[in-house]
This record gives sequence, C-alpha cells and structure tokens, in this order.
Amino acid sequence: MDWVNTIVQGVLLGGLYAMFATGLSLMFGIMRLVNIAHGDFIVLASYLALVVVTSLGLSPLISLVIVVPLMFVIGYVLQRYLLNKTLGDDILPPLLVTFGMSIILQNVLLEVFSADSQKLSAGALDIASITVSDQLSVGVMPLIVFISGVAIVGGLQFLFYKTELGRAFRATSDDQDTARLMGVNNSHIFALAMAIAMAVVAIAGVFLAMRTNFDPTVGPARLLYGFEAVIIGGLGSLWGTLAGGIILGVAQAVGAQIDPGWQIMTGHIVFLVILIFRPRGLFPRSVD
Amino acid sequence: MSRLKIQNLTAGYGDFQALFGIDLELNAKETVAIIGSNGAGKSTFMRSIAGLLKNAPDAVQFKGENIGDLPANKVVEKGIALVPEGRRLFPSLSVEENLLMGAYSKRKGPWNLNRIYELFPILKEKRNNPGTALSGGQQQMVAIGRALMSNPELLLCDEISLGLAPTTVKDIYKAFPAIQEDGTTVLVVEQDINQAMAVSDRIYCFQEGRVSLEGKPGEVSKDDIKAAYFGM
Amino acid sequence: MNTQMKTEQFSVVRNTTTSRGAAVVTAMILIALISVPFWAGRADLRMIIEFAYYLSLAQMWNLLAGYAGLVSIGQQAFVGLGGYMLFVLAIYFNVPPIMAVFLSGLIVALFAIPTALTVFRLRGAYFAIGTWVVAEVYRLGFAQVTTLGGGSGQSLPASIVREIGSGRSEREMIIYFTALFIAVASIGLVYWLLRSKHGLSLTAIRDSEAASDSLGVDIFKTKLAVYVISAGITGVVGALIFLQKLRISPDAAFNLQDWTAAVIFIVVIGGIGTIEGPIIGTLIYFILRGVLADYGSVYMIVLGVVAVVMMLKAPQGVWGFLSKKYDLHLFPVHRRLKAKDELE
Repeated sequence: MDWVNTIVQGVLLGGLYAMFATGLSLMFGIMRLVNIAHGDFIVLASYLALVVVTSLGLSPLISLVIVVPLMFVIGYVLQRYLLNKTLGDDILPPLLVTFGMSIILQNVLLEVFSADSQKLSAGALDIASITVSDQLSVGVMPLIVFISGVAIVGGLQFLFYKTELGRAFRATSDDQDTARLMGVNNSHIFALAMAIAMAVVAIAGVFLAMRTNFDPTVGPARLLYGFEAVIIGGLGSLWGTLAGGIILGVAQAVGAQIDPGWQIMTGHIVFLVILIFRPRGLFPRSVD
Repeated sequence: MSRLKIQNLTAGYGDFQALFGIDLELNAKETVAIIGSNGAGKSTFMRSIAGLLKNAPDAVQFKGENIGDLPANKVVEKGIALVPEGRRLFPSLSVEENLLMGAYSKRKGPWNLNRIYELFPILKEKRNNPGTALSGGQQQMVAIGRALMSNPELLLCDEISLGLAPTTVKDIYKAFPAIQEDGTTVLVVEQDINQAMAVSDRIYCFQEGRVSLEGKPGEVSKDDIKAAYFGM
Repeated sequence: MNTQMKTEQFSVVRNTTTSRGAAVVTAMILIALISVPFWAGRADLRMIIEFAYYLSLAQMWNLLAGYAGLVSIGQQAFVGLGGYMLFVLAIYFNVPPIMAVFLSGLIVALFAIPTALTVFRLRGAYFAIGTWVVAEVYRLGFAQVTTLGGGSGQSLPASIVREIGSGRSEREMIIYFTALFIAVASIGLVYWLLRSKHGLSLTAIRDSEAASDSLGVDIFKTKLAVYVISAGITGVVGALIFLQKLRISPDAAFNLQDWTAAVIFIVVIGGIGTIEGPIIGTLIYFILRGVLADYGSVYMIVLGVVAVVMMLKAPQGVWGFLSKKYDLHLFPVHRRLKAKDELE
C-alpha cells in the first residue's frame, strides 16, 4: 500500500511537471525555439505571485488573475521585439540569448528578493486532504495542481486542433512562407504562441510556489524537468508530454521512496535510459 | 486603368540577381501567361509580386496603389493570391483545413468551401485526409482552392502543371473559366507553351531575368517564341 | 583585377603580416609571463592563474560550439569530474598531484565517451539541455559518495598539499606554471587542429552538415573526437582549479554559472569561432569583474546583458568586429587566396 501511495503522489507531481513541459513543447512545436530561460520564467511567475499576495493580501489562487495576464503580456513583448530577431537557420542566437536571459533573470531575482527560500501559503488548502483508504490519502492542493495540468493540456489540444488560431499555429509551424501567403503575420503568431506559453508558465509558477519552497536558483531544475517530460513523451505530442510528466513524477517519487537523496537523480536516470533506448520518446508524433 | 502594373522590377537572393528591370501590365479580367526556361526568373517574379521578396514600393502597383514593399500577409489582404510552385500544402493540416487557411485574411467575395467543392468535387470526398496524402493533381486542386478562398482579384499560378500527367493538367485548367467568370484576373507561369497559348489572352516570355517577348497567342510566330525562349 | 588571371598567379597563404607580427608579440608576452612569479605579488599570480584557466575553458567551449557546432551548456560536468578525479587519484592512489591533474583529464575523456553517445541522440538546442542533465547527474551522483565528503565536500589533506611543493610560494609557482602550460597548450591544440585537415572538416560540418556528409566527412567521428578532446582538456583545467582551491564540493565543482555561463559569455563577447575571441573575451571578463567587484552578482547581470546585446547586434563578437574592420588575423588558420605579386 506504501507503493500505491508513492505512485499516486508521483502521478500528481507529474501534473506539475507536465505544466512545466507544455510551455516548452508549445514554443518548440510552433517556432522551433527552445527557451533555456523557461524555468527561470516559472520562478519569475512565483515571485510575481509572491509580490501580489503580500502587497494586495490576496490568496495565492486569486493571484493567478493578475499573474497570468501579466506573464501573457511579458511573453508577447519578449517574443515580438526580442526573440523573433533571433530566429533563423542558425540555432546559436536563440540558444545563447535565452541562456543569457536565464542567467540575468536568476541574478536579478537574487538581487531583488535575496537567496532566502520562500513559499506561498494557501491557508487551509495546504494541509487539506481526501482520505481514500486507511493508507492512501490525497492532498487537495496536489490534486488541484494535477487537474489543472490535465485541463491545460486538454485546453491547448482544443486550441490547436479546433480553433482558427490553432490552425494558423500549425500552418506556420509547417511552412512559414506559405503561411504568410495566407495572410498570417508570423511575428504576431509567434508572439501569441509565446504569450500563451507564458500564461501556462504563470500557472505553473504559482502552483510551484504553493507546493514547494522556491528561491532564485530553482529555475534551471524546472527547465530540466519540463525538458525531460517533453523528450520522454515524444516531441510534438501534447498528451505525450502529459504522460512524460507523469512518468517523470512517478520516477522521482519512487526514487525518493528508496532514498530521499535519490529523488531527482532517479528522474534524470529514467530520462537518460529512455533517451538511449527510445530516442524519439514513448509517444512520438507520426508526422515529423 | 490596368489592374497590375510592374515597373522596373529587380529582385534576387543575396548577391544573386534574378530579375533585371521587368515591366509588365495586366488589365482587369485578363489572363496572361509567362513562359520561359528554367532559371529565367519566373518564380522569383511571382514571389516578388506576392510579397515574399521585398521591392521598391512603386515596382508593383495594384489598382493604382504602390504595394511593392508590402509583406506577403498584407499583399493577400489587398486581393492578390499566389498558388506557389510545388503546391506547398501544409502537411499537418487536412484538406479542409488547408482550404480554410486560405480564408485567413477574411476577404469578402464569391468563394467559400462549398463553391470550391463544386469546382473540385473530389476534394469534398477527401476533405478529412491530410493534404499531402492526395495525388499530385488533387494536391494542386487544393492549392488552387486555397488561393481562391482568399477571394483574390488577381490570382497568380506558378507552374501548376509541373510534374502532372497531361490529362490531369487538362482537368485543372477546366476550372479556369469558372475562376475567370467572376472577373478574377489571372497570371500564370507555365513551361508548357501550348498550354500557355491556349489559356491566355497575352503571353510574356522571360529570358535570363528580362522580358524577351510580349504578344498575343495568335500573333506571335513559333520562331519568335523560339528566339525569345532559348535566346537563339 | 577584373581581367581574368591565370591560376598560377595565385597561391594559398595563411600567414599575414599581422600574424607574423603577432607571433613575435606572443613570444614576448610568453617570456614576460614566465618571469611573473619571480617579481609579482601573490594576488597578481592568483589572478593570472585564474585568467589562464578561464582562457583554457573558453578555448575548449569555443572549439565545441564555434567550430564543431556542438553547443554544450554542461561543460561543468567535466570541470567537476576533473576536480573529483584529482582528489580520488591523489588521496586514494597516491598519485603525485601535478601528475594527477593530467591523469584526471585522461579519465574525464574516458567518461566523455559514454556521455557523448547519450547526448548525441539529441540535436541542436536539445543537445545543449541534454548536456546539462548529464552534468546534474554527475553532481547529484558525487553528492551521494560519502567517502568523497557527500554533499558538503572535502578538503585536500595537508600531506598531499605538501606534495605539490614544500613551501606556499613554491606551490603557487608550480601551479602557476602548470596553468600557464595548460593555457598555452589549449590554444596550441585548437590552432593545430584547425590548421590540420581536421580543421577543414570541422568548419565544413559547422557550415553545412548535409554538404559535408555528402563530401565524405565522417561527421559522427569528427564530432565525437572533438567532444572527447575538449572534455579531456576541460577535465585537466577542472583538476587544476581544485588543486588551487584545495577544497571541493559538488555544488562548487559542477557549478553552471562559474564554469559554463561565464565561459559562454566570454566566448560570445570575444567572438565565437575564432581563436582570438576567447582571449579578448577573457580580458573583458576580468576587467568587468574587477570593476564591479563590490556589487555582488551584478557583474553576472552586466555580463549577461552585454552577451545578449552582442548576440543580437554583433554576433561575431568584439574580435570578429575588429578583424573585419582592420583585416587582422593573429592566428592564421584561414586559407586565403592571394595574388603572387602581392607576396613578398
């Protein structure tokens, strides 16, 4: 029964990792951009939520109403006026610019908020749990996070395959020039994609801050978890990304169960093993 | 007044110049064909008009307006649609989604999904297939339909018969009267000289980035064309 | 020069007047550097040692990213491994410290082979993140090894420290010359690699993988070789760094900001894909760090901003800009076509 508990906790954690991953997946899928600063933007969102919560006295969940639109705008502006300039055949500019942004963000957060560890408290929600059986109880907060993760993946799936904007995203991803011939303004479409990715980042950041302690240096690890979930799931498949997040979450939970020091390590090792034996991930998109 | 006026258009890629001062005029409701050998600059010319290559503002005038420096997504809003060389369907979109992408600019006009399906009934049957799963001829129909979905006043067709069987080419050109009927001006690039002559009111021949001949199909002799085409 | 010229009127040359002048200046700087320990203070010595290892790290990262198109953000894996190997060899195998420094590099190169076989499955930006995951695996792994101090690390025992040299100044001088040797050797290695026929295949791969593949360049082997060599040298530098620091811990050894971020900024600012770039970049790095020494992590922010702006506005870096403007080539690795009558 101990193991059932471990796996359930891992699955729930996976919902958070899927949230880290969908933003990355979105950016890579549409504009072939890998944002190295992705994890640091998640942490930025955590700090924005912290500022909103402490200055306005709102509950962390309500802070989403402010943090999500804010990150949406930041994402749009960042892509439209900075990152679009780096896109092209050469992978170096986007890689190095976002890497630079990662280091800048970490150090700015360090200067502004110090290295002290922070956490957002959701009050009674923090400790509320649902008892399933004698040995298995599920925390309400992790459950909310997991359901949100699934909802985000479902929502993005709908956006991608059922809306006009999603069609434009996929068309632009296929063939930029031909999309322009249809009347698509690529810079605007890319900026919108980044804005949506950042809105997801915002939700992930707020939930991260409510689930665990955070400080300015925890961003890169979040990038790695998200990245691992994307690769495990297989590039280009949103549901695969969710599955990848869950696999990673379970791997970490199982590792932690064996020895707390092995939590993160086990996740990395599962990722590397999958990379060696299934380099295209577990659920690759058939059309590459 | 002419619908499209091209004035001293020069274009190229990087250091390579492909077009050296092209002048060309197209009247409303007219169908004009451009012929010429490979590398004569025909595709570059079409891409320039469509806005994929930037030009001087007055190099391309459409209905009296300078549009030479507009990007492709603005050019289509003005009413010019390009059927690109090689069809260039979106591989991850279905046939119907490809057609709907054509309507992205939301220009008003006679064309909609139903009319495209009337024009090319086979597409209705295959509307949920991925565009790239179709035969070459059917893909070309999707590409033409997609361009029509933007309700263009000027339709640019770049080598639509390339790589297709002669009967398929005939089927595709059968759709032209219906397109012209609505007053759409058509500019085609065609390697098949006979096909070009059959479909057009006037022809231009390009050679090494310059216009080497201009005339009406009935009025230019085979020798004229030979000379203009091959430079002999 | 518009008229056609016969081919025998041209020849391929690599040396230019500036490069010959540069060789003389380089020799003079080297002689000056060799004399430093005999008159300079300890702080200066330490700074030059640090300069030397940053320069070597920058040359190695540049070899990877600038020449082989392998953008790694996990080089801290090899710095850390090198450092830990030094401790293992010196403490448990009684290898003399300086010999251990070089032996560590060899072991790190061996570690780099399975690492490469794993991360080479990823391309482009994903390769970059993959190298980072591997570095994290090494960091977390060493944190679990209690005999090496676990997460809190350990110091080099005094008996081993004395093995480097009996007195402090003697030790510093030995470390200084080792650092100098490594820096000169890493520049020399890159220079030699680029002038050899491997240099041409490297540049061919960077410019177009598909084209070089069709021309018969074995991309995989070439990339693997470059990756392993650069990991080995990075490991040697890592061992030297922790021989100087005398203390190692997983967080210090596998530190992204110190061993990879700073190095990437150095190369980007100096000029990626040139030998001169990392030298200029290291100079700029030390100047910036010195000027901003009193403001904590601000220098990292400034460095990052400068690097991002450079990447956007002048991706060829300071050296690329200078060499284009004044046609300077200190290290003649380019093959240049020259008319015979221009030759002396």
